[in-house]
Formats: sequence, structure tokens, C-alpha cells
Amino acid sequence: MAEPLFRRVAIAGNPNTGKSTIFNALTGLRQKVGNYPGVTVEKKTGRFFGSHGEAMELIDLPGSYSLQVRSPDEAVARDLLLGRIAGTERPDVIVAVVDASNLDRHLYLAAQMLELGLPMVVALNMVDVAEERGLVIDLMALKERLGVPVIPMVASKGTGMIELKQALSRTPLHVPEHRPQLPIVYETELVALSKKLPCPPDTARQEAMLLLSMDEKALAEQGDAARRTEVTEAQARLRAHGIDAIAAPVDARYDWVADVCEEAIHRRGEGADGLTLSDRVDAVLTHKLWGWLCFIGLMGLMFVCIYFVAQWPMDWIQSGTDWLANFVEKHMGAGDLRSLLKDGIIAGVGNVVKFLPQILILFFFLGLLEDSGYMARAAFIMDRLMSRVGLHGKSFVPMLSSLACAIPGIMATRTIENRKDRLVTILVSPLMSCSARLPVYSVMIALMLPAANAWQKAGTMLSMYMLGFVAAFVMAWVFKKTLLRSETPMLLLELPPYRAPVLRGILQRMWDRALIFLRRAGTVILALSVILWALLYYPQHPDEKASSSEKLSYSIGGRAGHALEPVIAPLGYDWKIGIGLIGSFAAREMFVGTMGQVYNIDESDDEDENTNRIEDKMKEEVRPDGTPRYTPLVCVGLMVFYVLAMQCLSTVGVVKRETGGWKWPLFQIAYMTTLAYVAALVVYQGGRLLGFH
Amino acid sequence: MGEETTESQPLSDLRPGDKGKVVAIELPGSARGRIMELGLTAGITVEVVRFAPLGDPMDIKVRGGHLSLRKAEAAGIRVQKL
Repeated sequence: MAEPLFRRVAIAGNPNTGKSTIFNALTGLRQKVGNYPGVTVEKKTGRFFGSHGEAMELIDLPGSYSLQVRSPDEAVARDLLLGRIAGTERPDVIVAVVDASNLDRHLYLAAQMLELGLPMVVALNMVDVAEERGLVIDLMALKERLGVPVIPMVASKGTGMIELKQALSRTPLHVPEHRPQLPIVYETELVALSKKLPCPPDTARQEAMLLLSMDEKALAEQGDAARRTEVTEAQARLRAHGIDAIAAPVDARYDWVADVCEEAIHRRGEGADGLTLSDRVDAVLTHKLWGWLCFIGLMGLMFVCIYFVAQWPMDWIQSGTDWLANFVEKHMGAGDLRSLLKDGIIAGVGNVVKFLPQILILFFFLGLLEDSGYMARAAFIMDRLMSRVGLHGKSFVPMLSSLACAIPGIMATRTIENRKDRLVTILVSPLMSCSARLPVYSVMIALMLPAANAWQKAGTMLSMYMLGFVAAFVMAWVFKKTLLRSETPMLLLELPPYRAPVLRGILQRMWDRALIFLRRAGTVILALSVILWALLYYPQHPDEKASSSEKLSYSIGGRAGHALEPVIAPLGYDWKIGIGLIGSFAAREMFVGTMGQVYNIDESDDEDENTNRIEDKMKEEVRPDGTPRYTPLVCVGLMVFYVLAMQCLSTVGVVKRETGGWKWPLFQIAYMTTLAYVAALVVYQGGRLLGFH
Repeated sequence: MGEETTESQPLSDLRPGDKGKVVAIELPGSARGRIMELGLTAGITVEVVRFAPLGDPMDIKVRGGHLSLRKAEAAGIRVQKL
């Protein structure tokens, strides 16, 4: 890996142009995900080799529509290309990915990037789609007008990849000299302003142009007051000439783009104006009635798959850990070490790893929805509801992603332009039931409805998800009305054409997520399992003949659970559930693992180890009066608690990173825990008043 | 501003299937810039494709692509119905 880099390549383009597909095809598994210094946007880099084996670094820039940024994601693309990021040089060459069937719009960003004065190669992706639409692209003319190499590609099939590598290996690279045709007065102001800027001469013109296109609000965020006055004065002078400083460069670029397209694209027959297949699909999927049915149907299908299909691999993993536990039991002498291995490590980690299949299925579905283009439609359909609570249709996507895990969901809020709206979305996203809650729901539902069929179980689970949705909406509305009062943000959303998702890309992301999950299981969860085991195992009861329950009471964890009991007794919980709550404070999926430990230890004197399932052990649990501890009401209350409680240190960490301090994550823990407690209290006490038990 | 160009009307008033030519974008700075950068510039023809199932936002076709925006913003875009 240490060999010197031949070139650093940045890959940029509009969203939905197949940028990631090209990135994946070039780098394969030689990828790494990090962060840009100081900001929280994910930095994806990878290595590939040029046509003569030269090592090159590929930097995947977040998809954006313009260098005139409106979101933190776009800011990274801009800053990297302009060399604004300290310690990171400007790339040697840009790969501008454009969708061949959408050149009329996608050449806009390409035009902006051409103005940067960096060598560039245009990856003209999806030429097959363009052809189907009856577009004939004159490559020579396009190359001529853009002044840079243009590589026709079908990235999803790997077509054009070799040619792209060849273009990137070529020496020397040609620097384009493109400038939009701006009114002369504008040009004068631009030159004057660029001379005053403290940045290097090769980016000064670009920086000046970005400044001139800012409105008062964006300018207000610029630190330098003198600069602000200069810019507003320049804008006023332009206005006196009848020139809108914001519109002029956009108009100039689009005029150029229209001109290029006119010359390089020829339409064959009537194809271009007719309804595409995508349009016809849309007529159904965003239809007043069918649209809703499809939306609800899709969501329902996702959960049914998580519930039914995941069951098999989960059972295999469960039998694997059971076998391992029995193996340890048989081949090791009784003692601290055996208990650590069996009750601590195997039970703790095994109970969490078991949920890997469900997480994989969830990410598979989310990948399908995202890559097919349906996610944008979901935002389109949901925007009205989201705007009712003062949010944006785009907030729906992070919230939907939070169904898998709040961490990618919170990261997905980076596409939200307004800071307050982004914060509200971050605050409520963890209320969406993430996959780590599945273990808790599964066990509780199995306990509560042992005889129910799979449909009833899936229905119960779906209602927990609905509760999370409703809570997220209500809290978003509350935050928008109080703490983070602001206007409902503008919606401006591209509805990309539907596409067949590239399976490889989805599998790649599933693999990434699986690794993150397993790494977590192997580190954080392993460490927590060992700590918890120790808390429940030490100090040991002085009397060896003491019952297992007494032994557990004597441990630190048992005492903490006892201490917590007065607080949670109104919820119908005992000190053992208290231990579970403590154990799952760092990671909610640990609840099941902790309860596994609580009861494994509890029953370890028993000879029959056939009943290793947690739900079976919990079912046998009784109150002092002999009635079952886990009544349906307690189970519902516990599930409601887990729907609403924060209980995930990883999320806390991400929220801290994303919001730049401890204030919001601490507030989030406080409000969610309060909400969870109150709701569980209402369920239990209210349920009892209504005669349930 | 308003009615001095008698034939122009807000984009939000068009029905699905209607086409219009953008005359002016009367929106505050950043919104104006953003909408224009996505291709909605003066002189371009737009087509209203449909409204979302709940009546808002709307789906419009511009420069061969679909764009979704709310009626509130569309009201600030003056078009000449074609």
C-alpha cells in the first residue's frame, strides 16, 4: 500500500448518475471510509491502478447539483475541489460523471467544474439509456465543445471502464479553459473582487464567483464584514445595470449547456417527447390511490421479510451458539473462566450477532429503494405530511433509514440544507425503530403471544414501528414549535428516472454495514458483555450453597438493579429487568444478552440445559405471589419503553459528532428517556385501571 | 409585482398536463438560485406532470427531468401558459 501515488483523482457528479457504481468498479474492495478533518461528512476513498499499473487514489465526492452549496455534503465537494481543506491538496484530475440521457441538466455541474481549471475527464454514463430514448450523441462534437476527453460508459455493465482508466493514465493531462459568457459588467466586478481575495490565484476567480452569487443570508455566515460589504456593493452595482448577480452565471451556464446539447445531441424520431417507461411507472407509484397502496405494501413487505425470511438464518446462528455453549460446558471444568466464556462472551455476543440476518435484509431493502429511485418518490408522497410538522420530504429518508439504524439515518440528514431542520430530524430519528430493537420486540412478542401465528406477531411488531413513527412526528412538531422554531423549509427534489438497481452496489453496502455491525459486536459489545458478566458474577456470595437468585442479588449488577427497583416498580418491572435496562443503556440490543446472562446465571445449577431460549426462561419467571412476571401488559410496556428510549451509545457518539458538541446528544438522551418512562408508566398503570394485567 | 404582464400566471395554477414558459422567478435569493440551478431558468418550458397524492408538492418536467416542488414556491414562478 505504501507505493507512491501517481495521481489523485476526485470523482464528482449529480446524484443518481451512477457515480458510486463507477467508484466501486474501479476500486473493488480497496476502499476505505473515513471523515474529512473538522467536518463530519463521510470521506470515501479507494485505490485503483491505471492502464500501466500506476497506483492512483480515487476520492468519492458526495453527489451535488452545484458548487454553489446548500448543504454540508455539497460543501465538502466544493471545498475539496477548491483546495480549501487544510492538509488536503486539490486533486490532480476530476472525473465528472454525467448521465447521458440527462445532459441538458447534468452538464450544468460539469460546466461549473470546467471553470475550476483542473484537468477533467467526463464519464458519459448510461449511454444505453440515452440510446433507448432515441438520443444520438455526437461524441466528437461533445469532446470538442467541452475541451476534455469524454468516455462513453455503461457503468452497471462495466462498459468503458478500461477507456476511463486509459484517459486517467494519460500524461500530460489537458487543462480545460472554459469560461461562461458573462455580461461585461459582471466580468469586471468578478476580476476586481478576485484580486481582493486572499486565496491562491488559480481559485480566486471561482471564489469570487461563488461570493457574488450569495444572497444576504449566505453572506451573513461569511465571517469577514469588509468582504460582505464589498460583495453587497458589487451586487448593487450589477443590479443598477439590470443584472441579477445570482441569476446571471446560472443563465450563462445553461445557455452554454443548451448550445452544446443542440450541437452534440440529435433526437431520433419521436422518442424523446413520448412517455418513458419510468413515467408510466410513476403514474402508478405516485397515483392518489395506487401510490399509497404501493407505499404501504412495500413497507409491509419489508417487515414481513424481516420477520419470516430472517428466521431461518437466525435459528442457525442460535443453534451455533447453543452448540458452542454446550461444548464449553462439557469440556471445561466449572469455575470463573468457564462462566466468563459461556455466560459472558458466548451468550452476550451470540445473542447480538443473531440479529445480523435481519439487519442485512433491512439494508438490502433500503438499498433497493434508494437505487431504484423510489426513495425520492417516498419523499414526494410523504412531503405533505412532513411539512405539516414543519419538516421537509427529505427528512423522511433519514427517518426511513433510521429503521435500519439511526447512525446511517443521522448521517443521511446531511442532505438537509437548513440547520434547524437538520437538528430536528437528528433529534427524532432515533425514535424510529431501528434493527437493534428487533431483538427486544422479538423476545417480548414471543413471550406475550406464544400461540399466535406469524401474521399476528408481525402485526404486533408493525404496531411498535408505527408507534415510533407517530412519536417521531409528534416530537418533530413539538421541536419545530418550541426549541427549534423556524419556517417549513423549501422542497426542491429531483425525481430521478427509475432504474434497475445494481445488485453489486447493494451487496457492497450490505457488506460494509455487516462489517460495522460485527466489528461492534466484536469490540464494544464483547467488552460490554464481559463487564456485564463481571457485574453480575462478582462479588461472589460468601455462602456457596446460596440459591442462584440470592447469588445474583449479591452481585454489583444485582444491587444496582435493586437500587433501581423503586423507580421502575410503577412500570411493573422488578430488579432483574432493572439489570436489563442498565445493561442495555449502551446498546439496546444488549437487553436480550443481559437477560440471557441474568437467567443463565440464575438457572446454571439446573441440569436441564435444553431450554436455552431466553423467552422460555423468562416465561418461567414468576412474581413473589406466584403469578407470571412477564404478563402481556408488562411486555407491551417494555416494548413501548424500548421504542422510545435512546439507549445507544453509538448514536450518542454520532449525534455529538454531527451537532458539534455535547449539548444536543445529552438533551436527546434526557428527552427520550423521560418520554419512554412516562409512556411505559401510562401503558402499565392505565392498562391495570382498564382491567388488564 | 403581479399583474402587469397580463398573460402570466403562477406555475402553481397550472393543471396536470399544462405547459408553460417561465417568465420570471420571484423568489428570495437562495431559493431563486437553487431553483434556477436545477434548470428552471427564464424562457424554459415546463410541464406540470401531477400533484402528489395529498395535493402537494407538484411534479414538473423541465429540461427532460422531473423536479418536485411545493405549491408555495411554485406560486413565485410566473409562467405564460402555452
